Amino acid sequence: MQHGERLKNGLIQFLLIVNAFIMLYPLVVMVLSAFKTNAELFASPFALPESFSLANAGRVWSETNFVRYLLNSVTITAVSVVVIVVFGTMAAYAIARYRFRLSGAVFMFFLSGLMVPLKLAIIPLFIQLDLLGLIDTRLGLVLVYVAMGLPSAVFIMTGFLRTLPGELEESARIEGASELRTMLQVMLPLARPAMVIAAIQNAVPIWNDFFFPLVFISTDRLKTLPQGLTVFMGEYNTDWGVLFAGLTLSALPITLVYIVLSRQFIAGLTQGAIK
Amino acid sequence: MTTDRLRRAALARRKRSLWIAVLLAPGLIVMGLFVAAPLLSAFRYAFYSFHGLAPADFIGLRNFTEVLTEAPFADWTWRALRHNGVVFAALMVAQNGLAFLIAFVLLKALPGHRLHQVIVFLPVVLSAVIVGFLWKLFLHPLFGLVNAALALVGVQGLPWLGDERTALGAIIFTNAWHWVGFPALIFLAGMQRISKETLEAARIDGAGDWRLMTGIIWPLVAPATTIVFILTFIGSFNWFELPYVMAGLNGSPGGATDVLGLYFYRTAFGNVTSGLQDFGHGSALAVLMFLFIAIVSGLALRVLRRREIQV
Repeated sequence: MQHGERLKNGLIQFLLIVNAFIMLYPLVVMVLSAFKTNAELFASPFALPESFSLANAGRVWSETNFVRYLLNSVTITAVSVVVIVVFGTMAAYAIARYRFRLSGAVFMFFLSGLMVPLKLAIIPLFIQLDLLGLIDTRLGLVLVYVAMGLPSAVFIMTGFLRTLPGELEESARIEGASELRTMLQVMLPLARPAMVIAAIQNAVPIWNDFFFPLVFISTDRLKTLPQGLTVFMGEYNTDWGVLFAGLTLSALPITLVYIVLSRQFIAGLTQGAIK
Repeated sequence: MTTDRLRRAALARRKRSLWIAVLLAPGLIVMGLFVAAPLLSAFRYAFYSFHGLAPADFIGLRNFTEVLTEAPFADWTWRALRHNGVVFAALMVAQNGLAFLIAFVLLKALPGHRLHQVIVFLPVVLSAVIVGFLWKLFLHPLFGLVNAALALVGVQGLPWLGDERTALGAIIFTNAWHWVGFPALIFLAGMQRISKETLEAARIDGAGDWRLMTGIIWPLVAPATTIVFILTFIGSFNWFELPYVMAGLNGSPGGATDVLGLYFYRTAFGNVTSGLQDFGHGSALAVLMFLFIAIVSGLALRVLRRREIQV
């Protein structure tokens, strides 16, 4: 019995290692291939590179607009996430901490945004941004991302802010603190963990998004990283070492952040689904 | 004296209302302008013909009837819908079935289980563009890693993405590799909520792994299954980025990988060759996709929720 159990666990452990290999190996090959020349890639695809030469990465860095795309993605993601968390927390604070008429209706209005895939409203969005002169601008993209991210941020923050005890703001009020000060100095510092979840949940899809830039952005120097990658993959399609270097460099930023914050990433991205 | 107090109370009330309005306004304005307004317009536009970017004439249901029943649109519409159905079914069985097994094994908390969670979830955080291009290179008929590996064991590989019989399957496989960690960790979270006593009791009653998995865990993770089903459904019928990157806007080869997302984009914004915008038919397609997804997932949600209560 004991023996059988150990044998079974050993087998399961083996299958898990196989699975981990299937998940990781393609990414390892991507990174190793980034150091290879075309000849090396085709002759020995599985071998380690002959040298860890940065020639391919250097070409991506200097010959293409990679740095530009990277900076655009960083800016657009950072601005969108900050605005989502700020606006979302403000609205959630009003809904969670004050009784007022229409409070339920306002909350439902935000939540209804969770149900609709905004991609399917892309035609009117395109026309509207065009009317506002925001087509082919980073601001237009940010506004759409904010609209897309607000419902989940309001949902998470309202749920969290409702759990904070009322005595805290009561005592702040008795001491004569204004509503603004009560919110900023007493209540919101306690809500930081929920803000982190809301930020990660929105940052990852925005960082990775391809659809909205594809429709809205046409000027090359305004493109985001995933969109720029499609340009780059077309231009260098005969130079596989450079292609793998481009993929590796594109995957690098989020992978590094993920390794550091994996617990928060997993919680943030699955919690939205589980609630 | 009392009037003074009343006035002060009224002032405080007004100040409070103003403060609440200030808190709500930015969010409501953005949502109104970029979610509510476009969604309402989306329905309206479907009933119009277009001149360029502007709606021109009200034409009733014509966009809808053309898209659903008339050549050449109807053939494309139904073919794409069929492909989305295949994608959904395949992902439910292969990707989510595997995810369930991974979750069950991780529940045992063998050494290294936390590291394994981090590893299966890693591709989830990468962009579909990166994953799509990476596997497109791996699946290359001559220089790709997949066929090189098959050659090592003496198997002649296929041009996976170039063959009509395998192209859709190859993209579905890539999707499963990309996303499997997501349903796996949702299932795992559901399994971890089952009380230890329940599992212990089943063990003591002599239930083996198979009985435990099918008889105890499967019914008790019903809420997680509901979520995975609905999210996979919505994802499968909005599928766009992976087929766009791996098969191109026309769903090559020969439309074998054409799905609603690609077809809608092509219709609305013009494909690479013609570049013509057709917002009328595009809007009709968007409305139909929206209704289809909303109605089916609404019905599925009711059925699945009832199943949760029963167990």
